[in-house]
Amino acid sequence: MEFLLTLLFDPNTRWVVTGCMLLGISSGVLGSFALLRKHSLVGDAVAHAALPGICLAYMLYGEKSIGLFMVGATASGLLGTLCISLISKYSRIKPDASLGIVLSVFFGFGTVLLTRIAQTGKANQSGLDAFLFGKAASLVQADIEVMMGVAAFLIIVSFLLFKEFKLLCFDPGFGRGIGFPMGFLGTVLMLMIVLTVVIGLQAVGVVLMAAMLIIPPVAARYWTERLHRMVIISGVFGAASGIVGTLLSGFTPQLPTGPVIVLSAFLLFIVSLFFAPRKGLVAKALHTAKLRRRVAVQNILQSLYDLTEHTTASGIRTDGWGFSEEEIYHLRPQGSRQARRVLSYLKKRGWVQMLEDNQGNKRWALTDRGADEAYAITLNERLYEMILMYPSRFGSVKLEQEGDRIQDCVSPDILQELKLLLTKHNHPVLLPQVKYGADLSYTECHQAVTSRGGDA
Amino acid sequence: MTSAVTVENMTVAYHKKPVLREISFEAPEGKLIGIMGPNGAGKSTLIKGILGLVPLASGKVGIYGKPYKIQRKLVGYIPQRESVDWDFPTSALDVVLMGRYGHAGMFRRLRAADREFAFSCLEKVGMSDFADRQISQLSGGQQQRIFLARALAQDASVYFMDEPFVGVDAATERAIVSLLNELKKQGKTVLVVHHDVQTVTDYFDWLLLVNLRKIAFGPTEEVFTSENLQKAYGGRLSFTETLVPSAGIKS
Repeated sequence: MEFLLTLLFDPNTRWVVTGCMLLGISSGVLGSFALLRKHSLVGDAVAHAALPGICLAYMLYGEKSIGLFMVGATASGLLGTLCISLISKYSRIKPDASLGIVLSVFFGFGTVLLTRIAQTGKANQSGLDAFLFGKAASLVQADIEVMMGVAAFLIIVSFLLFKEFKLLCFDPGFGRGIGFPMGFLGTVLMLMIVLTVVIGLQAVGVVLMAAMLIIPPVAARYWTERLHRMVIISGVFGAASGIVGTLLSGFTPQLPTGPVIVLSAFLLFIVSLFFAPRKGLVAKALHTAKLRRRVAVQNILQSLYDLTEHTTASGIRTDGWGFSEEEIYHLRPQGSRQARRVLSYLKKRGWVQMLEDNQGNKRWALTDRGADEAYAITLNERLYEMILMYPSRFGSVKLEQEGDRIQDCVSPDILQELKLLLTKHNHPVLLPQVKYGADLSYTECHQAVTSRGGDA
Repeated sequence: MTSAVTVENMTVAYHKKPVLREISFEAPEGKLIGIMGPNGAGKSTLIKGILGLVPLASGKVGIYGKPYKIQRKLVGYIPQRESVDWDFPTSALDVVLMGRYGHAGMFRRLRAADREFAFSCLEKVGMSDFADRQISQLSGGQQQRIFLARALAQDASVYFMDEPFVGVDAATERAIVSLLNELKKQGKTVLVVHHDVQTVTDYFDWLLLVNLRKIAFGPTEEVFTSENLQKAYGGRLSFTETLVPSAGIKS
């Protein structure tokens, strides 16, 4: 802890951490746009393609210089993207394959150059070995100033061009139609992605830089359905992994920064994948379980209702008699373990009661309150069947979500019409007239049909 | 009669092979104009050519007598629904707001007035309850109506719609038709790529028949003849004979 504090108060460390934080923000922000444009892997190609540029810059100039390195990296990174688009334009090779070719060839060439430099014995002084897997500790003041300057510039431009980039990612055709220079904006975005990659190379390394563009936005996508929030969250995730990665690799002398940054980003991704509200796996599993349970409860109540309705209407007395589990499952088959759980849950809520016949067999019946519930569910279900039966007449009826009551979703006229239809189709009549008298308007409607000489 | 859209001698070619040849027509203002033809006849390409989304091999396009580039703000475009990724993290209202981008211009933020206008467009297509809904949670018909609302938000004079009736439910089809009629009442011109031969005479005042070149253009009752349909569709539309007489009775 003390060590961490001294580390944090060390001005040099603070510089490095701030630099990596800004880098994380800009790669998270631009990575979001890259992800939505389905250009995520371009960052990977750019990063790998930048290596020969850095080596050449060193060989020509003879010593380490952040300015020259950036020029070299940007130039060969851009050359790489140019090669990718040329290959896919003028040959029958698909973009993914041409990306693979360019990425590996450029990286191979860079590695050859790096070995050549290493043979001159100056690799350590050159600091070039840091570029493979990244070494935040190798950043000097000048590096960090450039890094921070470029990152801040990129973040500001993304803010200014937010609306344009959004259109570019969502519907570039429409954008062209309203006169925005979509081709130019695409190039600007690509240039900004290249710049992000280039400033991150020394801290994160060519091999893993792409992860900084991909993982934070993918993780952020789990938390929101709005682009501006996704961009912000992605930036925060990028910054957090940048800070953590730098500090952790600062503790351990031999540990390169890149892998640690990527692993901390991955940790954030895992948390998002499982625990994000609504889209996370846990939330989804809970939702499914809840839905299953609700359907099971409704099924059992409906089956009990159907049975009660049938026996009452055909004049068999059912009071204090009830139905066996087999009878209930027979109408709407379901797993007997789950059904038994549901029955005992319904009993606890006081919606069903358990009776025993002379032989000591269990029998189940609706209580008065349970009958009200079951009536509501059944009525809703049967009204819905009417809607499905007459699609041309009720096609405009939209049920918002499963679980909405039809009575709440349609106009009184349509409800009346549905109930009329229901009376026509439902022999014998719904139970309330016989026993519960629960829905007055339904009863009226039913009487109206009878008085008109309807068939009910 | 003022002509809203003038196309002169337009030819579009993909990979050296012309897909549209020497199309010329003048679309009168305030009409609902259907664009019909068999699959691959170049209907969508025609619209894209007019809007400058595909390069023209030759020809000129005018909106109210001036080049399209100057008149952009007068033009609204509704692309095919499949042209975008509906899983994009954005809300229905956000998509409609994109219709205001052209008026705001580059670098500028949208104002509260834009927001209100976009919302009123959502109301017009009956989708205001869905303003905050993520777009992937909308049905196909609702997505189509969002695109319509976005075009309305452009507040244009001439609208181009690429197959708005494909894959929508009856309610959305009715909503689109009543919207088309309202646009017409406001004196706007609408060009619609359309597939369904059955409904042409009900929906459109004028008709453009294309099959790689212009087959016929004019008021629907003059153009919608079995002879023209035969020319446009060849033998592929076996029911042209039975279709046209009934259409004749209607008009």
